[in-house]
Amino acid sequence: MMEKRYAKDRLRRSMMFVPGNNPGMIADARIYGADCLMFDLEDSVAYTEKDAARFLVHNALKTLDFGKKEIVVRINDLSSGLGIRDLEAIIPAGVHVVRLPKTDSAQDVIDCEKEIARIEAEHGIPVGATGMMAAIESAGGVLNAREIAQASGRLIGIALGAEDYVTDLKTTRSDGIELLFARSMILNAARSAGIAALDTVYSDVNNEEGFLEEVNLIRKLGFDGKSVINPRQIEPLHHTFVPSEKDLKKAYAIMDAIAEANARGSGVASLNGKMIDKPVVIRAQRLIALAEADNTVEEE
Amino acid sequence: MDLVKTAMAGTMESGDIMVTIEPRTAGGITLDLTSSVMQQYGRRIEEVIRETLGELAVENAAVSAVDKGALDCTVRARVSAAAFRCAQAENDHWEVRK
Repeated sequence: MMEKRYAKDRLRRSMMFVPGNNPGMIADARIYGADCLMFDLEDSVAYTEKDAARFLVHNALKTLDFGKKEIVVRINDLSSGLGIRDLEAIIPAGVHVVRLPKTDSAQDVIDCEKEIARIEAEHGIPVGATGMMAAIESAGGVLNAREIAQASGRLIGIALGAEDYVTDLKTTRSDGIELLFARSMILNAARSAGIAALDTVYSDVNNEEGFLEEVNLIRKLGFDGKSVINPRQIEPLHHTFVPSEKDLKKAYAIMDAIAEANARGSGVASLNGKMIDKPVVIRAQRLIALAEADNTVEEE
Repeated sequence: MDLVKTAMAGTMESGDIMVTIEPRTAGGITLDLTSSVMQQYGRRIEEVIRETLGELAVENAAVSAVDKGALDCTVRARVSAAAFRCAQAENDHWEVRK
């Protein structure tokens, strides 16, 4: 079977943006505990430095050890002419997942996949080895979220890019109400395609209370995680996603009751007089997986 | 690689190296290196700069570099970026990770 550089299903609570032209930040990126590192060739790099950032990220990917972290690179959009050059530099260097910005339609994903496949083939890399994720940053993109999420088998997830999106909507970011429709669309599109849903950045790094409110909201909605722009945001973000002792105990009790019912040969299990049906079991399994994944990450 | 104009890449920030390459018609590579870690790593940085220029087939140039504790991969990246800017060219031969 072909060896893929990415796993569809993995822990993605935090995806930390790292400016692609800052060697100090690239070298230190690993130590802050983010689940995924996202080296950025797009907005954080000045137009006149795009070439230098490409060399830097290429050499860093080829040389530095980022442990088991998922390595994502945000490229420039293909229509700018820069995106293809970015792909040429990062695919041979071993990037796990390419983040495509400003995805408005399924065709954007298909066009990008075609270029990735060409570059993989040209370099003797198995075609299909590299993963993709699509950032949706416009009203049109949000309305096309379902088609975008299903546009390629390489997609590990779709993400909301809120700054451009709210500008497109003719509003600004406030308490989150302005993003409710986009978040719901992206989440449902991702789930219907069986991929991850990733939330946008929270830019005011000094407002921890506001950040936590937003994190709680996206967790309740069902998102897998969120992009972060400052290492300080990682720990509180992860903490919100870790199941509480109480919930975890209940999840284990549910799984024990299921095991006991199976041992008895009974198809019906109950806990404290309440029947346990399938969705309850799935939620308990997910909760345990999340807690175990968190422990594994801490041990790394 | 044919160098056509003086060019530079990199910054003076910690962990970076600022590399300036000036085309020459003869005389090989001359290197003027200053580094915040000169005593410990000066020789290694020079080695990486010369190695990278060799791989890019740059034979004659005056190179000056101000290092602020850059890793080897950063030195390589900045020298490459400066050389391609110097040649007014884009890299179209990216090597695969081994």
